[in-house]
Amino acid sequence: MRSSDLSRRLLYWFTVALGLVLAIVPLPDWIAPLRPDVALLAVIYWILTSPRTAGLGYAWLAGLFLDVLRGMTLGQHALGFVLVAFLAHRLQLRMRMFPILHQAGTVMGLLAIYHFVIFWTDGLTGHGYTGADRWLPVLSGGLLWPLIVAAGDTLARRNR
Amino acid sequence: MVELSHDSRPIIGRDRPLGAAFVALAVASIALMVADHRYGHLEQVRSALSAVAYPLQRAVDFPFRVWNRLTSSFADRSRLRAENLELTARLRLANLQLQRFAALEDENRRLRDMRENSAGIAERVLVGSILNVELDPFRHRVLVDKGSADGVFKGQTVLDADGIFGQVSQVHARSAEVILISDAEHAIPVQSNRSGLRTIAVGTGDPDLLSLPFVTVESDLKTGDLLITTGIGGVFPRGYPVAEVTRVERDPAATFAVVDARPTAHLDRDREVLLVWFETPQADTPAEGAASAAPPVAGETE
Repeated sequence: MRSSDLSRRLLYWFTVALGLVLAIVPLPDWIAPLRPDVALLAVIYWILTSPRTAGLGYAWLAGLFLDVLRGMTLGQHALGFVLVAFLAHRLQLRMRMFPILHQAGTVMGLLAIYHFVIFWTDGLTGHGYTGADRWLPVLSGGLLWPLIVAAGDTLARRNR
Repeated sequence: MVELSHDSRPIIGRDRPLGAAFVALAVASIALMVADHRYGHLEQVRSALSAVAYPLQRAVDFPFRVWNRLTSSFADRSRLRAENLELTARLRLANLQLQRFAALEDENRRLRDMRENSAGIAERVLVGSILNVELDPFRHRVLVDKGSADGVFKGQTVLDADGIFGQVSQVHARSAEVILISDAEHAIPVQSNRSGLRTIAVGTGDPDLLSLPFVTVESDLKTGDLLITTGIGGVFPRGYPVAEVTRVERDPAATFAVVDARPTAHLDRDREVLLVWFETPQADTPAEGAASAAPPVAGETE
């Protein structure tokens, strides 16, 4: 029980690290605006499957690490992550029962909230970018959700 | 369907309080933001954290570097020959110009010495290579692989072969963040090389566009004018090319003209940049400067 707990934690951090790498890897110009927030999707997924292991602190640290990697104001992504994690925790029992499309829609809602937090804090710290393309990751994240679920289920099953 | 592990939230009964943890972490994030942005207290924390982040950034950069190395080592012979010929020709031309510049620089230095002012001559140059890491997509920042261990400091001028690239905005142990002159938050004092008109060039968020918002309608500025640094503000040295004016629109009814300029540096294509140390202005008289600065400080404390 203890060792499987530890390996599960490691798995959760490993997937987030993968998401963080995807957050800073340079992409071709045409696809860069669509870059999905894989780290946040991983956090949401783990919260839905095992909310006790993947708590708010986990989400917060993941967000803080993204701030450091991107050299942004510390706490910006952390706040977005923790807000989304909180909502996901609250909705966890319900969201798990949703059909996959409905679930993807809810995830898009969460992503929209996250991007709004980033947009808002960007504005407060003096570099608001108001182009419509800053909301594109909400769409790509929603489209990616079924894949995340499939990949996560495979990983979780192997890890059990 | 999301698979459920055994540690789900209980359907009946109470669980650990979620709200309290959320409020605590949210307040912590906001406190961090305020401390970082408003007061800049977190330089130490940030640089400690970036020591953790740097290996990850390096890891992201690594495959791109290997790919570049591979493609360049498998470049075919004829292309290398052509490139070599072209470079030789360019070097010859550059040497020719340098001969003239050496004399000019000597003369310039003599004249400056007469005015007891030798600012603006590059003393030491360090080549930094830009890591293949994408920072915030809405800001023009890059990460270079030189940091405080190499003597890089905050506010240091960064050049490329054709002009001003930006300045160092954050220094970590082995890397530094550079803000480009095209970042929407960046402004640089410039001067027209032709007319001597001084103004400020502001970044727009487009790597090919600077905007000059404070040029009055009747001021002397034309399309094609080269804008150079003025040395005012103490960050950038004097006399380096910044941008070329591409558009001047004068509406007689308005106070300010609409002026756009294109940076001479290749902001979105560079792989390597130059970090430059300049001779401090009046290197042998810092004591004088300190002495003249001392009285007001003393007055404040008393």
